[in-house]
Amino acid sequence: MAALTIARLTTREAARRKLLLALAILTMIVIGLTGWGFQHLSTITNPDGSQIPASELRLAVSQVLVLVEFMFSAVLALSAVVVASPAISSEIESGVALSMLARPVSRYQVVLGKWLGLGALIVVYVAATTTLELIVVRATTGYVPPGPVGLALYLSAEGIVIMSLALLISTRLSGMTAGVISLVLFFLAWIGGIAGAIGQVFGSIGIKNAGTISQLLLPTDALWRGSVYELEPVLYRDVLGATTERAGNPFFVQSPPSVAYLVWAACWVVLIVSLTVWSLHRREV
Amino acid sequence: MTPDGTAAPPSADGAAVRTLELTKHYGASVALSGLTMVVPRGEVFGFLGPNGSGKTTAVKLLLGLSRPTGGEAWVLGRPAGDRQTRSRVGYLPELFRYQGWLSAAEVLGLHCRLAGVARSEWPGQISGALSTVGLTGHADAKVETFSKGMQQRLGLGVALLGNPELVILDEPTSALDPVGRADTRTIIRHLRERGCAVFLNSHLLGEVEQICDRAAVVADGHVLAIGRLDELLGSGGVRLRLTGLTDVGRAALARRGTLAEHDGWFVVDGVDAGAVPELVADVVASGARVYAVEPVRQTLEERFLSLIEAEQARWQR
Repeated sequence: MAALTIARLTTREAARRKLLLALAILTMIVIGLTGWGFQHLSTITNPDGSQIPASELRLAVSQVLVLVEFMFSAVLALSAVVVASPAISSEIESGVALSMLARPVSRYQVVLGKWLGLGALIVVYVAATTTLELIVVRATTGYVPPGPVGLALYLSAEGIVIMSLALLISTRLSGMTAGVISLVLFFLAWIGGIAGAIGQVFGSIGIKNAGTISQLLLPTDALWRGSVYELEPVLYRDVLGATTERAGNPFFVQSPPSVAYLVWAACWVVLIVSLTVWSLHRREV
Repeated sequence: MTPDGTAAPPSADGAAVRTLELTKHYGASVALSGLTMVVPRGEVFGFLGPNGSGKTTAVKLLLGLSRPTGGEAWVLGRPAGDRQTRSRVGYLPELFRYQGWLSAAEVLGLHCRLAGVARSEWPGQISGALSTVGLTGHADAKVETFSKGMQQRLGLGVALLGNPELVILDEPTSALDPVGRADTRTIIRHLRERGCAVFLNSHLLGEVEQICDRAAVVADGHVLAIGRLDELLGSGGVRLRLTGLTDVGRAALARRGTLAEHDGWFVVDGVDAGAVPELVADVVASGARVYAVEPVRQTLEERFLSLIEAEQARWQR
């Protein structure tokens, strides 16, 4: 009950502080601009004026869509970090936490409430942006990626993973420090994922293992790759993607994360949230 | 003893607050050292001390916001920090802030929810708290637009929600103007009238002197004195303006207490109020002419300063 109260408070704060409004306006602008771009993309021709084959056009659209979704994923990760990093630390520093924690509220309820509220914001943002973007792409180019629901799920999971990490750090460090650490780790994981793929191409066990370890330590990049997989045309995955040259490309994925990995990612989130509860429980306010 | 013959726990009397050798260290720094005290229910208890003396630390330990290094504490008969007990305790922190983007009524609503107040009681609790602290006209104003004094009034309103049995106020009047301070004293008296204990953490000694039944003076993390205010302030004395004081009259004054002269007054410290008529009668009988007789009592501030100075002298030795 108290957790839901705090979750509602978290989402209400995002609305009252005009975070949702700002994101909505900027998202509409971005989707409008990308819609304009996709519209032009669908009308381009070869230099000699001949029509580009539909399969190649679909491939081009899918690749641009991956880039657009990459931008949304980066905005999501940055926004999740910016909002989650001070979520606990700022309330402790400002004294907001004093009166709330003196109530008959367990600290796990505070953590759970914050996590649920921030998680809800992430899911709503992903659902709204993904739906609108895919509608615009379909309307302008006719292209529908093979896994729109999977795309939204992977993107949401990626946002929830980085948000959970920022929330954990927020129990001990200031919002500014927690934000910087979270973002550095986020981009390290991204680079780690690319390095791992390159290591696989060139048969370097060490680099490949480093990539695997980075994906185990912070599952954001692997989940992003799941999103890419859901965006690619099936033909591209099966035929063109089989070439090894593309294996190190962060915007191409040959296979989705395994079920075992997804289970690990879920366990990772549970572990991090549990650590957050423990950390806040041990913290003196 | 309990019916089965075992020793009753120290909390069995259900005092509002009871601590036993409560201690808190932050590394090598001692924030609170062996605090032992009892605050009965329905009493206004002043917890006095200079800045950094451990007052806020003690409050945080009582509320479970901080963990003790040693000793024990009970609040309303339950171990300090007990979650259910916290629903019966109101708390106004010293350094606090409420969500600035909420209105005053929304902050109160949030705390009604967190405190477990039945939903049907929320409207009455919220309007009652706003009225009590004089913020009825600001119910829908955002807290971020409030002055520090208004925020402190709101904090007091939050502490009153849910009809608590114990209200802990940490420097409740530090940002208030004289009217606000008078209002706060009235609120505290009303709380006492309905049987609510008030733990008043303050260094505003005048406030404490006006409203507290008992007080403790703490410094450097330990209690220097604790008791009823009249006990803390001592028996006081009397001062007389008179002429024609003979040796006999002087001896009569000295017999009743410690005699001294200040600014033309004869001051006798340590005289019980009941002995004053006899003292005056003896002086008149000795041939002196008495123009004025006034009770002299050590203020809490004087007592407080003397305790602190004695403590500092002890440490310097």
